[in-house]
Amino acid sequence: MKVLVAVKRVIDYNVKVRVKADNTDVDLTNVKMAINPFCEIAVEEAVRLKEQGVASEIVVVSMGPKECQEQIRTALALGADRGIQVQTDEKLDSLAVAKLLKAVYEQEKPDLIILGKQAIDSDNNQTGQMLAALAGLPQGTFASEVKVEEGKANVTREVDGGLQTVALNLPAVVTTDLRLNEPRYASLPNIMKAKRKPLDVKTPEDLGVTITSTISLLKVEPPAERQAGIKVGSVDELVEKLKNEAKVI
Amino acid sequence: MSILVLAEHNNASLNAATLAVVAAAKAAGDDIHVLVAGSGCGAVAEEAAQVESVSKVLVSDDPAYAHQLAENISTLVAEVGKGYSHILAAATTTGKNVMPRVAALLDVDQISDIVGVDSADTFRRPIYAGNAIATVQSSAPVKVITVRGTAFDNVAATGGTAAVEQVAAAGDAETSAFIGEEMAESDRPELTAAGIVVSGGRGMGNGENFEILYSLADKLGAAVGASRAAVDAGFVPNDMQVGQTGKIVAPELYVAVGISGAIQHLAGMKESKIIVAINKDEEAPIFQVADYGLVADLFEAVPELTGKV
Ligand SMILES: Cc1cc2nc3c(=O)[nH]c(=O)nc-3n(C[C@H](O)[C@H](O)[C@H](O)COP(=O)(O)OP(=O)(O)OC[C@H]3O[C@@H](n4cnc5c(N)ncnc54)[C@H](O)[C@@H]3O)c2cc1C
Ligand SMILES: Cc1cc2nc3c(=O)[nH]c(=O)nc-3n(C[C@H](O)[C@H](O)[C@H](O)COP(=O)(O)OP(=O)(O)OC[C@H]3O[C@@H](n4cnc5c(N)ncnc54)[C@H](O)[C@@H]3O)c2cc1C
Repeated sequence: MKVLVAVKRVIDYNVKVRVKADNTDVDLTNVKMAINPFCEIAVEEAVRLKEQGVASEIVVVSMGPKECQEQIRTALALGADRGIQVQTDEKLDSLAVAKLLKAVYEQEKPDLIILGKQAIDSDNNQTGQMLAALAGLPQGTFASEVKVEEGKANVTREVDGGLQTVALNLPAVVTTDLRLNEPRYASLPNIMKAKRKPLDVKTPEDLGVTITSTISLLKVEPPAERQAGIKVGSVDELVEKLKNEAKVI
Repeated sequence: MSILVLAEHNNASLNAATLAVVAAAKAAGDDIHVLVAGSGCGAVAEEAAQVESVSKVLVSDDPAYAHQLAENISTLVAEVGKGYSHILAAATTTGKNVMPRVAALLDVDQISDIVGVDSADTFRRPIYAGNAIATVQSSAPVKVITVRGTAFDNVAATGGTAAVEQVAAAGDAETSAFIGEEMAESDRPELTAAGIVVSGGRGMGNGENFEILYSLADKLGAAVGASRAAVDAGFVPNDMQVGQTGKIVAPELYVAVGISGAIQHLAGMKESKIIVAINKDEEAPIFQVADYGLVADLFEAVPELTGKV
């Protein structure tokens, strides 16, 4: 079984972003970038499926400028077999990413496609569902457990009220939640080996996709700042403040 | 043009999240229809018809919609919704699961998790775990949007008198099947709707220790939440996670106990009206957003607090 994993290059999750002074966007100059944490979990899940003998090949794909090859290399070091970069310097909204992924899906014909449930920059939580709709595939979003057996993927999903399990006919799309697994660290020998693994570069034109968007970004502003309040000295003082000052209890 | 709101429900009753979505719809236009897709969901349609500002309720009652499977619901919503100016749903796990599919079927971008409506085509939404607010304009013929409930005041659940119309089901995609669910049973208020939330973090140490938070919560009539660290460590189930990738809450009072205040956690609670932090580390970042901070050992402070409120 072949698994396709989509990975996105995003700001490192430890970095607190700042909005540019002219409010056009956030400032990403010289900011540490990394593989989106949910995508890392997606790669790990694919690698585990391969270790269990369920998956035979793992292809990782990323859309974006040349720098996203770094994240593809990270995924290769974690155990993916080969990479595809779809080279574009254009702003990609989720629908555009989903259209590119659909084209890659049609070329590669994987049985399972694993994505992160959301990218921690735009926090959209859309791409996997859009890909599934475009390709006419079932989806298991926010997965905390994936079992592949007899042509089906049984996916346990983290939903608002608890957990839900669905059975999906393959091929299917899965998006990862935080508790699906804990990604391993890439070892140095594997990082070296990853440098020699194949990485193809394609363009949206090669894939027959024209990138468009119906969304324009008018401005980006910092959120309203909360003022730090006071420290209270005792539980009694806290109760007094909550009752008489804040009037919330 | 009219606005279509996808109702969130469990086939028996309408989820209050829908009331905030109708409020957002009112800010974008005035003729608001609600689509109830479910199985044996007549009572939900009756409830939706009474919601303030709703002029029409469309019901599609079919076994294919019993568990809100996205493969089945999305084709119906896209079919019914294509003549509308906007299609809105709550940014709950159900809305997030279905709406991007609807957008893709209609070949339009989706705008996720809006917190403000500036005009019929311009919306505000948090990005980067709420560390920036983007204002985006959509030129899509149908604007597909999910709404962050805590950012809008619910419309009244009663007072409306909308007509109820049946719409034909769009069939079963037969690519997915519901196997089962494990839903948390709790007598406490629902996390995203509660007026007071008490949350515990890694500092709680283990699952049994959460009992002291439950006692405090029951005294206050509060819901109980948790940080990711507490959920990952298995202290409490996943549906209690508050944060960027969990639930977004904005109660009158949020009490963070043994939580350090990572940006991903703050993203889920910093719109709360009053924040209280109880932490033994006076340098913990949670104190930077807390209205009232108490530097103390939670195992002493929490039981004392429970005794005094
Ligand atoms: C308001 C706004 C402003 C934006 N501004 C800019 C901008 O200035 N510059 C710019 O370059 N982009 C910009 N974007 C695009 C944005 O950064 C994302 O690239 C786009 O929205 C893709 O969706 P997502 O990452 O939010 O997807 P999500 O649906 O949150 O991501 C889910 C998963 O999809 C997969 N995925 C997403 N993107 C990729 C990818 N590129 N390659 C491989 N897999 C992927 C990953 O597995 C990821 O975990 C903007 C988007 C919005 C909404
Ligand atoms: C992609 C991604 C998404 C994430 N999403 C979320 C999310 O949605 N929600 C979320 O919460 N986190 C999320 N996180 C995790 C987040 O970064 C933090 O790791 C997490 O919030 C830490 O939880 P905590 O505050 O309970 O634990 P810690 O940071 O370990 O803090 C524990 C605190 O308890 C205090 N303490 C310990 N013992 C006592 C005592 N006896 N009395 C008083 N205080 C005590 C300590 O001083 C400390 O401040 C995410 C991370 C990533 C990478």
